[in-house]
Amino acid sequence: MKRNACFLGTAAVAALMAQGALAEGQLNIYNFGLYTPPELLERFSEAYDVEVSLTEFAANEEAIARIQAGGHGLDVVLVSGYFIPAYLDQGLLMESRPNEMENFGNIAPEWASITGDPERAYTVPWVWGTTGVMVNTGLYDGDINTAAIFLDPPEALRGTINLVPSMNDVIDMTLRYIGAEPCTSDREALSAARDLLTSAREHWASIDYASFEKFVNEDLNASVFWSGAAGRIREANPDFAYGWPETGYIQWMDNMAILADATNVENARLFLNFIMDPENAALISNYTRYGNGISGSDAYMDAGLLDSPELQVPEALQGAAIDQQLCAPEVQELYTRIWTELTR
Amino acid sequence: MLSEASNGEALLRRAETRRRWSLAMPALIVIALFSILPLAVMVVYSFLTPGTYGNVVWQFSLDGWFSVVFERDLFDDTLGLADAHLSILGRSALLALATTGLTMLFGLPTAWFIATRPVATRAYWMFLITVPFWTNLLVRTIAIQEVIRADGTINRLLLGLGVIDAPIQMMFTNGAVLLGMTYVYLPLMVLPVYAAIEKFDFRLAEAAYDLHASRFYCLRRVIFPLIRPGIVAGSILVFIPALGAYVTPRLMGGGRAMMWGNLIDLQFGQGRNWPLGAALSVSLTLLVMIALVLSVRRFAGGGRSDV
Repeated sequence: MKRNACFLGTAAVAALMAQGALAEGQLNIYNFGLYTPPELLERFSEAYDVEVSLTEFAANEEAIARIQAGGHGLDVVLVSGYFIPAYLDQGLLMESRPNEMENFGNIAPEWASITGDPERAYTVPWVWGTTGVMVNTGLYDGDINTAAIFLDPPEALRGTINLVPSMNDVIDMTLRYIGAEPCTSDREALSAARDLLTSAREHWASIDYASFEKFVNEDLNASVFWSGAAGRIREANPDFAYGWPETGYIQWMDNMAILADATNVENARLFLNFIMDPENAALISNYTRYGNGISGSDAYMDAGLLDSPELQVPEALQGAAIDQQLCAPEVQELYTRIWTELTR
Repeated sequence: MLSEASNGEALLRRAETRRRWSLAMPALIVIALFSILPLAVMVVYSFLTPGTYGNVVWQFSLDGWFSVVFERDLFDDTLGLADAHLSILGRSALLALATTGLTMLFGLPTAWFIATRPVATRAYWMFLITVPFWTNLLVRTIAIQEVIRADGTINRLLLGLGVIDAPIQMMFTNGAVLLGMTYVYLPLMVLPVYAAIEKFDFRLAEAAYDLHASRFYCLRRVIFPLIRPGIVAGSILVFIPALGAYVTPRLMGGGRAMMWGNLIDLQFGQGRNWPLGAALSVSLTLLVMIALVLSVRRFAGGGRSDV
């Protein structure tokens, strides 16, 4: 899945920040597109005299396929929380023990342990956010904290609704909307979810990583969307607001980890420790517009970002968060079939 | 003496054959390595078991192939045809056919126009046809989007002229996908058709007129049969990539309706079912192969029998 909303295909952009021939060594970073602030790399490069290169991908599945193939020459990789088990199962991550690193204490208590890596023996936080719904409140002023925005759309929004093509997120939210649990193997619930989705489909304009300008220009007026991206759109068009479906929205954290076959292990360790520093974590937030899970980084964050409503999940809705997860293969197969029928 | 000579000749011939084979060997090895081997990998993967987190487990299974055509009901497990797959295949085939038809409609007159220019200027016209190839496919597709989107060139022009009151929704429709595909594949039709028309001896058309053939009759019975190999080649060049098109339908169609290529992508990506993805890919290759064999049988000899 990809958190920025402009379609880059499988961009593999390599931004080389050469620090001259005297650099101490190298570090090769593998991250989502538009997810790495250039300033962060420059700072790291200067602080440790390391030559940094960045390669980008669009989806976790794409990244792991490349890493499995070997010969990639990469050192650190971004892994979404729900996808950590996939990496661990294949032994692709190095047990670098970030929990023993100098800056580990900076991690906010609620992020010091995550489902995929309870001890933080492999990963450190990059950013966290939610997947909910975004609505043009100029057109629809009803309650937006509901999945009905895309499952039973209000008249005013019909025909201009988008879904991000994150199969699991969409189906998980649908299952919770009809009172079932995500990744359930209950056939009755799954077929009910399929029927609801197929009946709502005629009201959607697209299932796409729609570009920001389509919302800003109001070609599209609602979307299943990511919190940070929604904030960027609100800054350009104040009519847009972000909601957390009360029946369930997705909460996720993306993490940075060292690869088992990394060649620049020492620099990679330095990098993990480096991004747990509040000032550096704030750089990442300012660039991606997501929260970062590092205590004390607020002091260095842009003022507009700190009070952005998209980052403050209302207290009453905090219990509705769905921890993003991987379903068992047999359930995943049913998810894929629902998705195929939905986009047939 | 005689037998000795023929013996020597045979030896020479054998040496010649050997020489030819060894000269062709590098090319054959390259073909085997880069064309047959990847296909073989795909075929092998389609018979394996999907791994828990993507990839495959080396255990024989026919499930991938089974799911290409059949599926069990989501609710009660009754066996039925995978009609979602079939309707996606149907849409892809229809769209590829329509693209071929449209590129022919626009490509034939274009090729004719170029081929009938003075020899000196033809090169410049051909040069113009190849200009779109200088730009990446993605960029070209996004450029087309810019023209037809709600706030795009066409809508703004029509609004400005007062022809329409509200922008026409053109993006994310089947028409948009077709427009994008036609634009992208047009040069592939023009080039072979142009080559065929260029070789056409215009004295034959004159002869037809002398024999009182009408313009249409001359086109149908004299010109068309002679340039048919070019049209067939162009159609094949357009149809095959159009059938597996991925980027254009994804961008122009808005992702609401999948094509075969997007279905394959889904299985290798979020679906984590590589064997099914591989089986879907191999089926596409097989379909193309069958279509090719049929068209070669049908059109072999380039219509000489008609002349």
